[in-house]
Amino acid sequence: MNKMESLYEALANLDGFIYPNEIALNWDLLIVMYPYITGLVAGAFILASLNRVFDIKALKPTYDISLLTALAFMLVATMPLITHLGQPLRFYEMLITPHLTSAMAIFGFVYLWYLMVVLLLEIWFDYRYDMVIWSQQKKGFMKFFYKALTLWISDTSPESRKTDEKFGYFITVIGIPSAFLLHGYVGFIFGSIKANPWWSTVMMPVIFLFSAMVSGIALVMFIYMAINYLRKKKTDIFCLDTIAKYLFYILILDFTLESLDQIHRIYEADESFDILKILVRGKLFFTFFIMQIGIGTLIPITTLGFLQFRKPREKIRKILYLIISIFVLVGIFFMRWNVVIGGQLFSKSFYGFTSYKVNLIGGTDVSLSLLWFIVPFFILAFLIWLLPPWKKFVEKTN
Amino acid sequence: MVVKKGNFNRRDFIKHSGMLAGGVVLVSLLNPFKLVFATKKPEGNGKWYGIGIDIEKCIGCGSCARACKIENDVPNEPFFFRNWVEQYTIMNDGQIKVSSPNGGIDGFKQPVPDEAIYKTFFVPKMCNHCAKSPCTQVCPVGASFESPEGLALVDQSYCIGCGYCVQACPYGCRYIDPKKGVVDKCTLCYHRLEKGLNPACMMACPTGARIYGDLNDKESGLSIFIKENNCAVLKPQLNTGSKLFYNALSQEVH
Amino acid sequence: MPLQVKRLLLAFAVFIGIMLVLKYFLTPDSWREYGAYRGKALTEISGKEAKYVEMETCAECHDTIAELKTQGLHVSVQCEICHGPGYKHADDPDINDLEIPRERQFCLRCHTKNMASPQAVIKQIDAVEHNEGEECITCHNPHQPWL
Repeated sequence: MNKMESLYEALANLDGFIYPNEIALNWDLLIVMYPYITGLVAGAFILASLNRVFDIKALKPTYDISLLTALAFMLVATMPLITHLGQPLRFYEMLITPHLTSAMAIFGFVYLWYLMVVLLLEIWFDYRYDMVIWSQQKKGFMKFFYKALTLWISDTSPESRKTDEKFGYFITVIGIPSAFLLHGYVGFIFGSIKANPWWSTVMMPVIFLFSAMVSGIALVMFIYMAINYLRKKKTDIFCLDTIAKYLFYILILDFTLESLDQIHRIYEADESFDILKILVRGKLFFTFFIMQIGIGTLIPITTLGFLQFRKPREKIRKILYLIISIFVLVGIFFMRWNVVIGGQLFSKSFYGFTSYKVNLIGGTDVSLSLLWFIVPFFILAFLIWLLPPWKKFVEKTN
Repeated sequence: MVVKKGNFNRRDFIKHSGMLAGGVVLVSLLNPFKLVFATKKPEGNGKWYGIGIDIEKCIGCGSCARACKIENDVPNEPFFFRNWVEQYTIMNDGQIKVSSPNGGIDGFKQPVPDEAIYKTFFVPKMCNHCAKSPCTQVCPVGASFESPEGLALVDQSYCIGCGYCVQACPYGCRYIDPKKGVVDKCTLCYHRLEKGLNPACMMACPTGARIYGDLNDKESGLSIFIKENNCAVLKPQLNTGSKLFYNALSQEVH
Repeated sequence: MPLQVKRLLLAFAVFIGIMLVLKYFLTPDSWREYGAYRGKALTEISGKEAKYVEMETCAECHDTIAELKTQGLHVSVQCEICHGPGYKHADDPDINDLEIPRERQFCLRCHTKNMASPQAVIKQIDAVEHNEGEECITCHNPHQPWL
């Protein structure tokens, strides 16, 4: 079904009154994907920083995996946006003539800052010594590649390693507020639109940030288990327990913040409340109550909470962690869906609703979204092949 | 080769974060960053366009919507409008029914028999050409801007089609042109104003319900219209600086 | 300064340098002429051709009908509302692509009874009671409609 046909169908399914231009839902599945992917980046990075800055040694096995995961998803993060544009080839204009009052324009630079100064630099400092050794071991093109990656530095002395440690630590420290900025900014892009009462709340950047942390931690947990399964290696259960513990704490924080936002909205019941109540109870019922709250929040919180007190056998715990991480990832996706799609389903006249049907077969928004979600896993596989965490030399002291 | 981290983790972190935060505050004091994008009114004899709509004169013929689509090559489908007309029907039991079939281009029918109606009227809608427009504030590349005369315009050869402005407009005035992939909206027929003609919708209205003029000129038709009538703007609580003044705007209109 | 930092600073300097060069070459010429936008856009937008020519232009040739109209109730109705945009015809009178709507439904768009339509401003009729099926122009001259 092409675009016009889907619009005619939406017109037939109109509920109440909407401004005529509101029939078309402009920010579709791709725009749901974009905060989801940047959230995974920020969350994975925070997990890495828990190890590096806050010295939680139990997370050491996942340190490099978190960073590489963050990088893999970061490289793809802008692609949903660019492919969504009406004029994708003009995307460079945002970096050349950014309009400085626009949050979206500033985001281009926040993204570049985080990618280049935080992620790439931290991984570089972390792997520099190993890349030098690998460049000496390999031959041919790979030798040249590793040499280029090390910027043609061949210093392997202990002093240089000390410098690497020092600067890497410093970058991680800067990286924490930068990660907050990266994903808080995405929340601000929505939270600053006064025209849309579903989006316009002070809590939006904070909610986005904490749900990002939740999704990133769950992703690393899943990837860590997947990598060990593929490599047929034993998973460090203490590491998994620690990740689960932090996932639990941050899930509670996230749930509290989102509940606060909703309770405040329900209590104040301003002019937008009547239509939003119908929205949440009607069109968003499945995605909000069942998926986001039920599967994405309540089941993980109760399970992880239970596991803090009673720890069953390792095998059972691993299965539980696997299921919980997938539930959380799905739940956070639907949180993004509820914000982005939900905000466009009701009319700004507060008199009605339009509809949005995801074209599961042949729709470009679905195929592109799936593409941008799957590609980072391939990039991650490449990065792990290029920079294998378990082949690093000399156990670095924390 | 032991890097002594020990107790310095959290202290370092707080120190660095404090430096970062302090730096941001300092920079923002030195160079206050302009959050609200408000165009300054032109000094001297520059025009500052506004619009006036008299709801007591609107007959719901839809000539304005129809003329606009023809003049500005707006796609004919019922999903894209630069301006449109809404019919409000408030029933005796308090229900509010609003409709805008094809933007009002083909005229209207009442949805309920006359006996059940408490109050009913037409409301033409169009771009409010806000003085503090949220749509120009959020454009990431500067393709949506305010002209020196106070009109919110779109540079269609520069627009990237991100749709941020469409989300930011509280009045639903913008749409993404399906063929061009960029944003389109009412320009107050800027191309006609330069030639000494009136905007298509103003010209088309048979009852004179729509007027426009220079808000800087206190003798202009629009300034007198605002002075002699009780005018209101849509969604004043959003502080958009809307320059579209309605006479006899009822509180059910959003 | 450690070698790593020197090389990194160099790499970043190169990157920023490339960005600045790109910015210089890709920024449009008329940028910031009047504000944070392409100044040339104003001329591009105003250069579009106007399609409706307005009554004075029609009256230059069709003066009799224009005179007749000023004496009737349709004085405030622009010619082009009923006949369509006249820019092609005004440029070259041999091109006659204007419409001459005769159907009853056309007049009813404005004149059908609707409680929301102010009676003081426009005369309205009940489409069923008032000569159903007849063309309005059988009795009413559209340029001077009141009998």
